[in-house]
Amino acid sequence: MRPRRQAIALLAIVGVFVLGSRGRAVIPTRLQSIGELIYGFIYKMVEDVCGKDGVKYFPYIMTLFLFILFSNYLALIPMSYSPTSMIAVTAILGFGVFFAVTILGFVKNGPAFLGLFWMSDAPAILRPIIAVIEVISYFVRPVSHSIRLAGNIMAGHAVLKVFAGFAALTLVSPVAIFGIVAIYGLEVLVCGIQAYVFTILTCVYLKDALHPSH
Amino acid sequence: MEGQLAHIGAGLAAIGSGAAAIGVGTVAGNYLAGALRNPSAAAGQTATLFIGLAFAEALGIFAFLVSLLLMFAV
Repeated sequence: MRPRRQAIALLAIVGVFVLGSRGRAVIPTRLQSIGELIYGFIYKMVEDVCGKDGVKYFPYIMTLFLFILFSNYLALIPMSYSPTSMIAVTAILGFGVFFAVTILGFVKNGPAFLGLFWMSDAPAILRPIIAVIEVISYFVRPVSHSIRLAGNIMAGHAVLKVFAGFAALTLVSPVAIFGIVAIYGLEVLVCGIQAYVFTILTCVYLKDALHPSH
Repeated sequence: MEGQLAHIGAGLAAIGSGAAAIGVGTVAGNYLAGALRNPSAAAGQTATLFIGLAFAEALGIFAFLVSLLLMFAV
């Protein structure tokens, strides 16, 4: 069942972008303007955070964003299930970013990439201590990166399920149903924001790899 | 007895969600305070806002994860 759900997300992405860009009208149709908005939004974000030389990695970041966004919204269909609420999927995405960025940092900068951990503007005594903390925080990145996404999506669904459980009690069911509607609205927001947060953190990590000197 | 203690631990870990709520509120509130003083600079800082929100929120999610582990995995 699970690959099928991811296939739905991928089909939706392909649908929006292939059908949307088919006309290439000067005055965009609705589908085309959705595609253009998403493209422009991510492109500007990559350019702002990573600089001009980060634009080369834009396709990867765009792919991540679209996959996460569409998988998140897939879960808002009742009785459905999101691939991104599974820690296995997000861990692959998070560790993928981590390895890609680390390898890229060493390829681009050589040993100078280790300067990321050595704060040259800190007092000399503090530098080794800060370096240890920086190394730990660097290796925790993929863990927090992936757990944040999976945790948020899973937590939202757990809350919806708790409210759905209350809806079975006649006395509180109006409140519970109103609660479900409100939480659902919040989830629409959270799904978009979490996709955005995952992508912008990828951009920040990429910027660290491209320009390791602080 | 062990299982019941795990449930108490899960409840205690849920306090972390409240702490994360304070953190998220601080980030958003300070952003708003700054944005109202200098609205022209606000648009450029939304990315920083969301990164800050994400970091504050992630710790709450970790607390949630710990309580889930205590409830279902331990």
